[in-house]
Amino acid sequence: MMKKRQLAIPYYRLLMRNIVFVIISVSFIPLILVSSTIYYQFRTSYREKVYAHLRELVQNHTQNIDSFLSEKLGDIRFLAGSFGYDQLSDESFLQEKLAALQKDYGPVFVDLGVVNDTGEQIAYAGPFKLAKAHYSDAEWFQQAMQRQYFISDVFLGLRGLPHFIVAVKTSQNEHSWILRSTIDFVAFNTLVESIRIGETGFAVILNKEGILQTTPMTKPSLDTIPAKSIYAEFLENRARSADEIRIAVKPDGSNHQTIFVASFLKNGDWLLVYQQHLADAFADLNKTFTITTVMMLLGPLCIVIMAITLSKIIVNRIAQVDEEKQLMNEKVVETGKLASVGELAAGVAHEINNPVAIMVEEAGWIGDLLEEEEIQDSKNLAEFRRAIGQIQAQGKRCKEITQKLLSFARKTDGTVQDIEINEMLEELVTLSAQRAKFAMVSIQTHFQKNLPHLQLSLSELQQVFLNLINNSLDAMENSGGSLTIASRLEQDRIVVEVSDSGRGIPEANLNRIFDPFFTTKPVGKGTGLGLSICYGIIDKMGGKIEVRSAVGKGTTFYVSLPVPKEEVTRDKTSR
Amino acid sequence: MTTPFVMLVDDEAPFLETMTKRLEKRNLSVTTAISGQAALDTLNKNRNIDVVILDVKMPGMDGIETLKKIKSGYPLTEVIMLTAHATVESAIEGMKFGAFDYLMKPCDMEQLMSKVHEATKKKHEHEEKIRVARLKEVLTKYGM
Repeated sequence: MMKKRQLAIPYYRLLMRNIVFVIISVSFIPLILVSSTIYYQFRTSYREKVYAHLRELVQNHTQNIDSFLSEKLGDIRFLAGSFGYDQLSDESFLQEKLAALQKDYGPVFVDLGVVNDTGEQIAYAGPFKLAKAHYSDAEWFQQAMQRQYFISDVFLGLRGLPHFIVAVKTSQNEHSWILRSTIDFVAFNTLVESIRIGETGFAVILNKEGILQTTPMTKPSLDTIPAKSIYAEFLENRARSADEIRIAVKPDGSNHQTIFVASFLKNGDWLLVYQQHLADAFADLNKTFTITTVMMLLGPLCIVIMAITLSKIIVNRIAQVDEEKQLMNEKVVETGKLASVGELAAGVAHEINNPVAIMVEEAGWIGDLLEEEEIQDSKNLAEFRRAIGQIQAQGKRCKEITQKLLSFARKTDGTVQDIEINEMLEELVTLSAQRAKFAMVSIQTHFQKNLPHLQLSLSELQQVFLNLINNSLDAMENSGGSLTIASRLEQDRIVVEVSDSGRGIPEANLNRIFDPFFTTKPVGKGTGLGLSICYGIIDKMGGKIEVRSAVGKGTTFYVSLPVPKEEVTRDKTSR
Repeated sequence: MTTPFVMLVDDEAPFLETMTKRLEKRNLSVTTAISGQAALDTLNKNRNIDVVILDVKMPGMDGIETLKKIKSGYPLTEVIMLTAHATVESAIEGMKFGAFDYLMKPCDMEQLMSKVHEATKKKHEHEEKIRVARLKEVLTKYGM
């Protein structure tokens, strides 16, 4: 409860806020700096590595495909160069050569054909019935006639299957003829299909017009086949960057950020494009990022919790220390106040006492004179006597006050002696029995037996407890009630409780009851010194006097007195 | 019974004055001293002082010291202490050094009178005893 109250004070709230702020900023700033730097560096180098890897991959495959193509072209050229038109136009010879090629290279070469310069296929070897086919309108034919050789784009052709053609023109006796071979698309496709990384990485080959030359390995769904516009940029820059491998990050058809790695092959006719979703390519990095982010969130959370807990502890400790300090200050002030009031009171008492004594004596003298004959007849005699009596009565009151003041300020150390506390309390109870009877108060005693002896001044102790008992009786004077006196041993202290069932002390007065001259009794009844004297005495003895009270229920005074060390040890050994 | 001869010792002149009047009115022979030293001087001159009423708190030689000197010089003279100290200690101290009794100041006149008479009686009894003892001594000495 105390702590909550302390923390509610703005000063401590501010203090706590400052501590929390300092702890958090001191921990956060380096944390954020270090982790963001590391993350940035890591990300950059990882990206470079991924790019380098992709670049190399694409480059290798470009070379592979290029060499595949040039190898096939070389075979056909060799065939065309080694055998003449006459030999090759013999279909059985052609069949033989096809078989030899297929034996060497597998089913890459689907068929062979010899086409004359008018586009008519003179001889054909292969699974299709394509003899006598006319190719004069086919693009590959026209291209091949212009150049020495030609590798066509993939097309469906006359047979309705995707394929491409390798054609070699040979000139013989002003006649040109072309040896053409169809390359199995499936075999070629595998070259590209094998470029596959992660879940979304795949490669395609496009021709100049951006038409797909290969099929992506997975069944091409619409969204994975990018719109032509995506490749357009690469195609446009063909002339400028024929040998270069270019990397770009763009959204693909389905709006995923995608890495495109493009490289030209076949002398810039075809474009190999490798593409992979950015998220997939950087999956490891993203995983690391996620873990780091979680840690970055949990870490600060821990820091914040720690900062708050720690500063709460610190501030509570400070508040506690402050409170202790304040209590101690109050105590010091209280003691100082009591001491100075005591000295003042002593001075006042001494100075007042003599004049008061003289006044009382003078009044007495007047009283004596009133007895003389001649004044006996005065009609105001009774009034004189009353006035004198009053002066003497008030003088006595002054005397009582000064006496109490003096005992309050008294510096004598009462002779210390062995005290059996229960015995002493019993005596006091007997002493107060008469008064208690008149006040209709029953006195109960609960004494713990065999209490160790105290080494204190008996008369002072008597004064204290008599005072407490008298106060209790005063509190119950009109109503009656019960007075309980109990004694018990608590560690190295004897605690005596004096509790009454009187009217109690209001909270507002509780702090002041030990102040000198504080009294709630009617004028002339109390001096307000009793409890402050008690306080002084008990304090001097090294004891404590405390009070707890509830209005209407009663008041309890706790007096704890130190037991001498040898008594404590003796007491323990004797048990 | 003879009139008790009383000496009042106090540093307050008005107190002495009034007390003298009041005690004389009660048929006591009274002499006064304003300080401890003055009291000793007066005692030296008037050996027949029966009771000294002595204030404890005085400047210079205080009550207790004066009491000691009186008791050593004039053991038969009884001393009643008047104390402003409500402490038992100073009273006990006074009693230890041979004071007859002590009273709180301002004191009740009747109480004071009775104490004075008791003290005087005690002193006279003492004197009587001494007188008888001396007589016995003399008688023994001369073998009578």
